[in-house]
Amino acid sequence: MNGIATAPVIEVKNLTCGYGETVVLQNVSFGVHAREVLFVIGGSGCGKSTLLRCLIGLLKPFHGDIAYFGKSFTAADTGQRRDILKTFGVLYQNNALWSSMTLAENISLPLEEHTSLSRADRDEIVALKLTEVGLAGSEDLYPSELSGGMQKRAALARALALDPGIVFFDEPSEGLDPIISREMDELILQVRENFGTTMVIVSHQLSSIFRLADRVIMLNHETKGIIAEGHPAELAATSIDPRVRDFLNPNNDFPKHANENSAGDRKLISK
Amino acid sequence: MNTQSTGDKTATAKVQAGVSDVECRVQIGGDWRLNERVPSWKSVFQNRMAMNVRVVSDDLGKWDTSLVLFLVHGRAWCAASKKEFHAEALPENLQALLRQVPVNSAAKPPVGASVKPWDLASNIAEKWADHAQQSVSFLGECTLGFIGVAKNPRRFRWLDCLVEMQQCWASSLPMVSLVSFLVGVILAFQSAVQLQQFGAAIYVADLVGLSVVRELGPMMAAFIVAGGTGARFAAQIGNMKVDDEIDALETVGISSVNFLALPRLLAVTVMMPILALYANVLGVLGGMFVSATMLNIPASAYWIETQNRVGFSDVSSGLFKCLFFGLAVGLAGCLRGIKCERSAAGVGTATSSAVVTGIMLIVLADALFAVIYNVLGI
Repeated sequence: MNGIATAPVIEVKNLTCGYGETVVLQNVSFGVHAREVLFVIGGSGCGKSTLLRCLIGLLKPFHGDIAYFGKSFTAADTGQRRDILKTFGVLYQNNALWSSMTLAENISLPLEEHTSLSRADRDEIVALKLTEVGLAGSEDLYPSELSGGMQKRAALARALALDPGIVFFDEPSEGLDPIISREMDELILQVRENFGTTMVIVSHQLSSIFRLADRVIMLNHETKGIIAEGHPAELAATSIDPRVRDFLNPNNDFPKHANENSAGDRKLISK
Repeated sequence: MNTQSTGDKTATAKVQAGVSDVECRVQIGGDWRLNERVPSWKSVFQNRMAMNVRVVSDDLGKWDTSLVLFLVHGRAWCAASKKEFHAEALPENLQALLRQVPVNSAAKPPVGASVKPWDLASNIAEKWADHAQQSVSFLGECTLGFIGVAKNPRRFRWLDCLVEMQQCWASSLPMVSLVSFLVGVILAFQSAVQLQQFGAAIYVADLVGLSVVRELGPMMAAFIVAGGTGARFAAQIGNMKVDDEIDALETVGISSVNFLALPRLLAVTVMMPILALYANVLGVLGGMFVSATMLNIPASAYWIETQNRVGFSDVSSGLFKCLFFGLAVGLAGCLRGIKCERSAAGVGTATSSAVVTGIMLIVLADALFAVIYNVLGI
């Protein structure tokens, strides 16, 4: 990456979070460096989405601190919070495009809110962003008029509207076919190439993990924290933790106990 | 050794129990199907003493979860009476399924345990306190939002507000017309029967005019807007919440209250008095229609009588209340939408709750205004 000297752009320290009285993650600490593509992986229910909700400020952590570019997000007042929100974009799992607005309005709204650009300038930026994601000329379409893959692209264009330094992705290839999912991966790499954007991606799509990730952190619901961290190929080859190896090497044989259970299930159906 | 069969005529599942000194040997056979009658342990053991059980298969045909359930029950029964349960002779896949179910799985706490009345009361109180806290904080956010708009009106979403006004007007108009006209008709009919006895039929105009303009016109308009526009607000905003659109707004740094609630609140607050004024006119027309057709009072006489009795203060006091009715409907709709649960059922609950809350607030506000106007002598 950019070298050892750079301070992390996102720094998470001793983060504990959850819902109500349930703790989902406990004392999680990690950093994300500039231009890095970091994948947050782990089985269902391990707290990937909870971590993401904390990072983007939709969930208040129980304690611990999240800092962007050295400024605390958790302790920020309203004004500072607005400034930090400008520095990142989010691509939601179900895109969350504003359904009552056209694509142009969707992309232009963040610009309207945070900049004093004129209407004409905003329109130009909208056209530019749509071209970047391969949707040139779709300004006046409504989200419901687009296919799943196109909606994803549009949502990425909106996430990139303010040229953020960081983009968060929640399951970017969920529900897409392998070809479109691959195109999406290429688009992500291209954006990183063009703008030097830092990416934090929550996903369990192995092909994307191996194609894109500079580093992965793996969460586990039993330990409520990070059980592995590193380059995915290295982890897959060298990790001694069976949970990590099983996750990253799905083509290996089932572990003994899992095999027995599924054999029982199969018999039950076939009998 | 005595044996007995508990097989049913229609079902092919069979259980045979052979009792020796040391154990009860249970042979299972035939086809076991969930949708057919299968034997139970009660018929196997009847009134015998508990003893160790060994299950073996004998000509076992096709089977499904019903057999697994049968064995799990037998095992739980043995565990409860501290006896041994042997299933080693059964097919391997059946044993594997049995192993998946924990032995003590049958010993669950009773479901639907009775709730103590004070617990129930405290739960309800907690829920209400929660609701009240949500409402107050939402009201606070809206107030701050409006102060922000007053400072910087250009940031307000005027276009959204106009669109909402138009929608509110268009969707409420037919119902408001029908209902308020009929209310005028009904009032005129009911009062005419009494007033005619005293030869005072002309006073129908006074009665209809005053009650429609002071109370019923604004009230009917408000109820219809609560049922239509209030419900629409909750459903729209609730759906946006389910689709993460509100989260998307918040992470762009746009307050959902400023963006979604304020334009709607202003729209419905402005539209309510206008709709109420329209309802007043239709109500009076309804009374006039009955008087002209049934009571032989000419429309002109009816109109002059109405003009003499119904003053500016009557009309304006009714319309002034409407500002608050509109605010109540808007607040209920937007609050329920924003606090909606993230599910399809959540949107339904939010919508109906918006209507109920809206109507309740309207009636409360109306009662309050009745007292205030009385004290002020309006």
